[in-house]
Amino acid sequence: MSLDSPPPAGPQVGSDEWVARQAHRREYLPSWLGSLERASERAGWWPKLAAAAAAAAVLPLLGLGQFQLQVGIDALVIALLAVGLNIVVGWAGLLDLGYVAFFGFGAYGYALVSSGQIGANGIHLPSYLSIALVMVAAAGLGLVVGWPSRRLIGDYLAIITLFFGEAFVEFTNNVAPRTLGGPNGIVSVDPIRLFGYTFTSNQSYYYLLVVVLVVTMGVLRLLDTSRTGRAWRAVREDPLAAASMTIPVNRVKLMAFAFGAAVAALAGTIFAVQQVSVFPTDFDTPILILVYAGLILGGAGSIAGACTGALVVMVIYDGLLRSPTESGYLFYGLILLTLLAKLRPWRRLALVLAATVALGYAVHAIAAAISDSAVAGGPHSTGWIASALRDWVVVPANATVAGNWGFVVLVCLLIALVQVSSPWRAILLPPTLYLASFVWETRLATEAAITRQLMIGAILIVMMNARPQGLLGSRRVEALT
Amino acid sequence: MSAAGPGGPPEAGPPAGPGHEGSPAPVLDLDRLSLSFGGLRALSELDLGVGEREIVSLIGPNGAGKSTVFNVITGVYQPSAGDVRFAGRSIAGLAPHRIARLGIGRTFQSLRLFLNMSVLENVMAATYGNTKAMPWESVLRLPRARREEREVRALAEDVLSFFGQRLAGYRWDQPAYSLSYANRRRLEIARALATSPRLLLLDEPAAGMNPAETHEVTELISRLRDERGISILVIEHDMHVVGSCSDRVVALDHGVKIAEGGFDQVAAHPAVVEAYLGRDPDALSDAG
Repeated sequence: MSLDSPPPAGPQVGSDEWVARQAHRREYLPSWLGSLERASERAGWWPKLAAAAAAAAVLPLLGLGQFQLQVGIDALVIALLAVGLNIVVGWAGLLDLGYVAFFGFGAYGYALVSSGQIGANGIHLPSYLSIALVMVAAAGLGLVVGWPSRRLIGDYLAIITLFFGEAFVEFTNNVAPRTLGGPNGIVSVDPIRLFGYTFTSNQSYYYLLVVVLVVTMGVLRLLDTSRTGRAWRAVREDPLAAASMTIPVNRVKLMAFAFGAAVAALAGTIFAVQQVSVFPTDFDTPILILVYAGLILGGAGSIAGACTGALVVMVIYDGLLRSPTESGYLFYGLILLTLLAKLRPWRRLALVLAATVALGYAVHAIAAAISDSAVAGGPHSTGWIASALRDWVVVPANATVAGNWGFVVLVCLLIALVQVSSPWRAILLPPTLYLASFVWETRLATEAAITRQLMIGAILIVMMNARPQGLLGSRRVEALT
Repeated sequence: MSAAGPGGPPEAGPPAGPGHEGSPAPVLDLDRLSLSFGGLRALSELDLGVGEREIVSLIGPNGAGKSTVFNVITGVYQPSAGDVRFAGRSIAGLAPHRIARLGIGRTFQSLRLFLNMSVLENVMAATYGNTKAMPWESVLRLPRARREEREVRALAEDVLSFFGQRLAGYRWDQPAYSLSYANRRRLEIARALATSPRLLLLDEPAAGMNPAETHEVTELISRLRDERGISILVIEHDMHVVGSCSDRVVALDHGVKIAEGGFDQVAAHPAVVEAYLGRDPDALSDAG
């Protein structure tokens, strides 16, 4: 902030300038994190973007396996989607729940014009042409979808676009099975060939995605600070005021739809090519939830936030939560971190941890004394966590039913925990922690497909409480009218 | 109650506007304007004119239809009957953003700033309709986009500097929500000025301000006319503001014009007194 002309009397308590400065100061993180934040604020946007791109470029050279590389590719695709969704949701403030349909449209569009699907020999347009064609067509589709819904706001728009998204999945599943392939989708899509180079390996697609993502982010950043970006945000803030300030609200909304759709279609083309095939299920609600989770976690309205949030969500969701060991680290790590951050004073923290450990050994000893089969199963975690927990957590031989009941009781205990007051909370905490570990070792660690969605939900809830504006988003106020 | 006030003959033909102070050509001309919501007549056959470089105040008790007049002029509501003419052409039925582009700027009674945008962005956003750069021009920073961005920035700094220290440079990058109430009112005026208006509609610019700030608003309104040549239609409850800056005052009650003329004339008009205070009880007892 520049201080060219400070008011003569200096800052005064109660004057709005003082309030504004304090409000600004409070938003920084404490200690060295805050100075880091301030330093990054001073640097412009493009050095940061370049640094992030360089980091992403170096990453595969550190010896990533094929699995990690695939996680990276998926994360980059979702990041590209989130950055596009940010135009519609974060800037124009339109709750578009049909966004993934544009992603699917891009993928199917490319798969139709660059494969052997249509006709005897198929259509094999050059990549640059088909990508451009698909993006323009998706923008057109965005206008078509946006036109009837241009006067709808909030919940109404959300439900209409949700229908559109579902309709797209049904459409690809059922209409023109010879062309679209029905549930079997379209297989053997042409690889992308640009400037005489054919992208074949996963590594090449990783780099292609990094370049595309960085360029898109740069373009959107330039757009954000232009008249178009200001109009989008003005429409989000107050459509009536925007109209009274010469902004054609409907046209600006449609533009946001079209731009978002084009970015989604771009992500779709690369997605289709990279996995060589497209299926209707690739474009269903789970992807939508991941994209939204990324956008919300990172902070809607911020380009860097959308990208970072999507990468974090996807690396956790796709990379870590698939293996029981790594998801175990994440699970216990999150619990410990939350306790360390929230439980005060230290005495109480130590007491709760000690009580939890003691409770575990006591329960294990009692269960073992009653029946051997009660402790016959081992923890599902692997590695050192498993050996540390072997004599602590009770895992019966047939753990499924006990684990399911444990889960129900755990949910009840968690609800009770947020309802009761302070001393009771400390008393309730050790059994809750122990039960959480029990449920994890008996059920959750084995059901990765379900657990990872629960974990993403839990992370979002924690985030919502700790930092409602998201990782990199800026605090927003709602007009009270 | 008849629509005839003492100020001007309402059925006067083409120059239906001001009948005072040398009759400048009207910038804004409401011609027998009516607006109904179902059975409720919000405005009936309202004639109102604002001349070039004229400051007209619109007064009346709560619910008299003052803000409704603004909403009809700016295209938020479509008139049920009658016409709105701006600079000689009819603007009734045009979309709000088109009317704004023709040169009518406005502020809102309940502040409607773009709260989560910076002060500077609030003002710059209001130039959208008067700039032309397409998105790709902005992205590629082509000459037209760069030139427009420079001009818009200069315009924004110009209208903000109109408020002197109040909206000084260090505030430009702060979000609008961090401003005080009075500064939000100022920013609304600055934002309306950025649309380069010929006519400015101010909806209670002094509401919620202390006496010193109210005095400042009064001066501001006169300066807008004197330095920028803008015609102004202002709704205001504060009679100090109305009395000291208006060329002409129009009083409204139940959507009907009850008086028009100079401030002293209108303020003493029995219909206006009755609208604000009710009928004199002594007069009532005399009558009864």
